[in-house]
Amino acid sequence: MEIGHTVTLAALGSQFLVGLSRAMILFVVTSGMSFVLGVLRVPNVAHGSLYMIGAFAAFSISHLFGGGSTGFWLALILSPFVVAAVSLIAERSLFCHLYEREHLMLLLFTFALMLILGDLVKMVWGADYRSIMAPEFFRGSVTLFNAPFPRYNLFLLVVGPLVAIGLWLFSNKTKIGKIARAAAVDREMVGAIGINVSWVFAFAFVLGCFLAGLGGALVSPTVSITIGMDHDIIMEAFLIVTIGGLGNMWGAMVGSLIFGITQSFGVLFLPQFAIVFPYLAVVIILIWRPTGMLKSVW
Amino acid sequence: MLKGTFSLKSIGPAAILIALVILPSIIPRFYIYILAVIFVTALLAMSLNMVVGHGGMFQFHHGAFYGVGAYTVALMLTKTSLPMWMGFVAGPFMAAFAGLVIGVFCVRLNRLYFGMLQISLGSLLWAIAFRWYSFTGGDDGIHGIPLPSLISSSTGAYYFGLILLTICLIVMYLIFKSPFGATLQAIRDNPERCEAIGINVRRHQLIAIVIATFFAGIAGVLFVVVEGSVFPDLLFWVFSLEIFIMCLLGGWFTFAGPILGAAIMISLRTFVGIYTEYWTLILGIILILLIFFLPEGVWGYLLEKFGFQGKKSLEKERQ
Repeated sequence: MEIGHTVTLAALGSQFLVGLSRAMILFVVTSGMSFVLGVLRVPNVAHGSLYMIGAFAAFSISHLFGGGSTGFWLALILSPFVVAAVSLIAERSLFCHLYEREHLMLLLFTFALMLILGDLVKMVWGADYRSIMAPEFFRGSVTLFNAPFPRYNLFLLVVGPLVAIGLWLFSNKTKIGKIARAAAVDREMVGAIGINVSWVFAFAFVLGCFLAGLGGALVSPTVSITIGMDHDIIMEAFLIVTIGGLGNMWGAMVGSLIFGITQSFGVLFLPQFAIVFPYLAVVIILIWRPTGMLKSVW
Repeated sequence: MLKGTFSLKSIGPAAILIALVILPSIIPRFYIYILAVIFVTALLAMSLNMVVGHGGMFQFHHGAFYGVGAYTVALMLTKTSLPMWMGFVAGPFMAAFAGLVIGVFCVRLNRLYFGMLQISLGSLLWAIAFRWYSFTGGDDGIHGIPLPSLISSSTGAYYFGLILLTICLIVMYLIFKSPFGATLQAIRDNPERCEAIGINVRRHQLIAIVIATFFAGIAGVLFVVVEGSVFPDLLFWVFSLEIFIMCLLGGWFTFAGPILGAAIMISLRTFVGIYTEYWTLILGIILILLIFFLPEGVWGYLLEKFGFQGKKSLEKERQ
């Protein structure tokens, strides 16, 4: 627990960047969860499982196309759609019949979905560790703050803000986005003016899951893909949307940054307890602001 | 009238109790162990239902307090030379203390935020148990906990569990039927109105959490007695949601439902687990079937079907 002897400003800087790129992955995943929370008002417990499916799908697709550069890009584009298809099936066949019921039932349904998808992934892909390579262009590292920084992480630092801007444009500038936001505030009213609320909800749910799949595909070259990654991410995602403010997209951004950066600094100072730091940050924030940093949408 | 229904109602539980006292002398050891596990889990589910079913709070991370109780006993028995009974007493009190600390923050919030905050605070406890190798044994947990010879055999653990469970159930029933229990159920059904007539909603909720976590701590102690070990999975959030499902399976709004739910779940896990490794898949399917076809739970359904009136009509109104 010796602090200080190796921690230089440069180390802090490079660790900050590591945290930042982790935060971008977290943001892509949690923005989807936050969107579902905002519109349906249900924390989707199965979100982590869909993220895991995204990563496994990326593995399969990239291997199907030979594992090279093309494989990677195709995996990045296609696997979110695979996940979206899975979520659309689950939503239209079962979930949509529950919208009139108590909220707890919706939440428990997503939990059931998590249990089922977790075992289905085990059936399809098995319990082995898988990995895929980033394309040639993103391999290796650049030197920042006198420390090597993986090029792929730079790519993540670009993708995160792009997703944020895209999602913002979508929910503020397009008609369907505006309807979804309206349904979040007053679903009876939206129904009353002749909009099929059930389909709006389906759309919001699938979009959220699409982002989970995108997050899974994005993370796949940086981690070993295995069953159990759903549990890790869902816990983090839960905490992030809570500290950010339920259903607030920018809250998801703020929460992801806090989570990612405290985690990477934790690794620097007290490696053994690195996972405790983000939880501690969450506890402090929630004691200080019980309903999150930014305004919740409901 | 009241006297008559009381004696009629107590015939069933008394018969079950007598059967459970006799049972260990006729069934094989494995089943004695399974029944003991059911006792532990039933007590845990009952304690959760005090806050979830009767209190209407989203207690999403009840397992954390169960784990705190179990870890307290395990650590006191392995790391200190204090008398054993002190560990057994300390377990529930530590769990209740954790419940108080976490509860103070949670009751300030409503519904979903309550649940989310509790998951995060409970996960902090899990992270500590999971990572602090030198103290809690990390992900290996603590094994071979020395127990008094009287309760270390499976039959001893069985009777110890049965006695504790019976006492706890009687106390819980008294709380359930007390003015406090009635107030708690009123808060569940309409918190605003309770606030308006001068009930301190937050304080009642907090007291309920402390009582429930105390019982969860007792369940944790019992777990150590039955299994002789502890591991961080007890504090993992997925397990907490499993207990939640037990309450749903038995019936939220009934008193005895969670016992039935726990018994069904443990039996299923034991006997289905022999044939398949995909237990969670089956659990998920059971949960979906419950949500769609039996939201009032098995016990709730039976009560309704055989026409026990009174409490049921109130729940209908609530739906």
